[in-house]
Amino acid sequence: MGIDIKEVYKIAHLARLELSENEGITYSAELSKILDYFSMLNEVETSQIPPTFHPLTWDTPFREDEVKPFADREEILKNAPELWEGMFVVPKVVKAPQGS
Amino acid sequence: MSTYSFDVNELTIAKAFNLLEEGKVTSYELAQALLERIKKLDPKIKAFLYVNEEWTLSQAKEADEKRKNGERGRLLGIPLSIKDNILIKGHPTTCASKILQNYLAPYDAYVITKLKKEGAIFLGKTNLDEFAMGSSTENSGFFPTKNPWDLERVPGGSSGGSAAATVCRMGLGSLGSDTGGSIRQPASFCGVVGMKPTYGLVSRFGLVAFASSLDQIGPFGLTVEDTALLLEVIAGHDTYDSTSAKVDMPSFTQRLKEGKKVKFKIGVPKEYLLDGLHPEVEQNFKEMLSLLIKLGHQVKEISLPHTKYAVAVYYIIAPAEAASNLARYDGVKYGLRVEGRNLLEMYKKSRAHGFGREVKRRIMLGTYALSAGYYEAFYLKASKVRTLIKQDFLEAFKEVDLLVTPVSPTPPFKLGEKTADPLQMYLSDIFTIPVNLAGLPGLSLPSGYTQTGLPLGLQIIGAHFKDDLVLTLAYQLEKALSLTNIPPLIKEV
Repeated sequence: MGIDIKEVYKIAHLARLELSENEGITYSAELSKILDYFSMLNEVETSQIPPTFHPLTWDTPFREDEVKPFADREEILKNAPELWEGMFVVPKVVKAPQGS
Repeated sequence: MSTYSFDVNELTIAKAFNLLEEGKVTSYELAQALLERIKKLDPKIKAFLYVNEEWTLSQAKEADEKRKNGERGRLLGIPLSIKDNILIKGHPTTCASKILQNYLAPYDAYVITKLKKEGAIFLGKTNLDEFAMGSSTENSGFFPTKNPWDLERVPGGSSGGSAAATVCRMGLGSLGSDTGGSIRQPASFCGVVGMKPTYGLVSRFGLVAFASSLDQIGPFGLTVEDTALLLEVIAGHDTYDSTSAKVDMPSFTQRLKEGKKVKFKIGVPKEYLLDGLHPEVEQNFKEMLSLLIKLGHQVKEISLPHTKYAVAVYYIIAPAEAASNLARYDGVKYGLRVEGRNLLEMYKKSRAHGFGREVKRRIMLGTYALSAGYYEAFYLKASKVRTLIKQDFLEAFKEVDLLVTPVSPTPPFKLGEKTADPLQMYLSDIFTIPVNLAGLPGLSLPSGYTQTGLPLGLQIIGAHFKDDLVLTLAYQLEKALSLTNIPPLIKEV
């Protein structure tokens, strides 16, 4: 089962990764080979088998919904690439209004 | 040669602890000796990403003060190393990734809180494959670690730094994480004990997530006793990890001593004796089976019929979970940011520059396996086969107490040997992966050496929450084998 370069770029976009042309070619070849290997799973009959998403299952643990202040807010914010007044700054996501 | 009253190569946690308690050595001296060793040896081995002498010595001083004041702690004054995907407050956690190069941990991982409570001190953070994705430490975003038994070979991975540091006595033990063999395989390649506990036994709070249904934190030790002690300290229920189990665990160290003569029913999965098993691995494994019989255990062949699908299942599920977990690295809240013309471009450029090749490969693989049109064929299918793999083990444990297998199909391989072919690298985890898929406890015990002096390991697998039985058998075998694990390289230090 192959995965062509066009599809590699589609996946890269979904995963929010910029790819160079060379990377596109390499990943197409490598991923195709890996996907080929995965095809062995098709020989296993699983129509009656439930999936396992966690190796051990227990009831979802509940707790009281209490506020516990984190002591070191500054320590967390210190790791941010860009801050303004305690907020994370990102490139502008709204367009300027028409005619302005 | 060192000028200390103790021989560093002879130290274990248990021995160092006795020396400290008897007042024959201080934690400060111990820390100094190990830091000196790191300075001399680590330029060759490259096990550490971060060492902070001042920090270590001040912790040691504090431990000595506490001891003088009559305070107790099961690891009081014992220097350890920690894999660099586990958070220690105020110090870097990089996951060996450029994307986290400047990240400072704002809080302690649960396991670190537990170690601190018992008085352990930290020498530094150890190297790994970026985000724990790899089997050789060659995927580190900074540099590969070398195998202390042969510098041309890999120490295994992903916790290669922790395993190499431990056998070099650059720290008397370590913590790593194991998603598909990342503790057991490097332990085997470096000749130390490494254990992946039952899923849920140790909280992952403060462990950087890779694949959440598979990740477990576990200890490396120079002996089974040290490993049991570290596990005993870090295990326990934590409300900050929703998968943390509420089970009463026995004292592992006590169980070892009580279980010296216990006889087990031990299963050998016939599917693990596959073609392509290295002859020296096979020979060593057969010797281990003879030894088990000699010790009075019952050994019988069992079958785990879905074994051959484990690698395929794992390399669908783990990348799928990783693709989701690693979505958080977007250049906004922490980590590397590369500017772009808009938000989307900033995301894409930050991630493209911050992540290394293997991490990107797995994110792509996982995104593909979860994407519309492929979810059922890949992710859901793999999750169903996972059920069958788990059932195989549950069936086997109706007949036997424990299973034994080799840890890796080959002895430590050469640097660069498998980097060109990702699939070959993936297949080197074939014996350790099924254990994570099923959530079982597994331990790697040093079991001998190849003719050229490379370490080999035996994997002991137990049923869920039978971590104590795994350790008990390991302890019996360790006593019977009485191997020394001092790489020639460190004898001259």
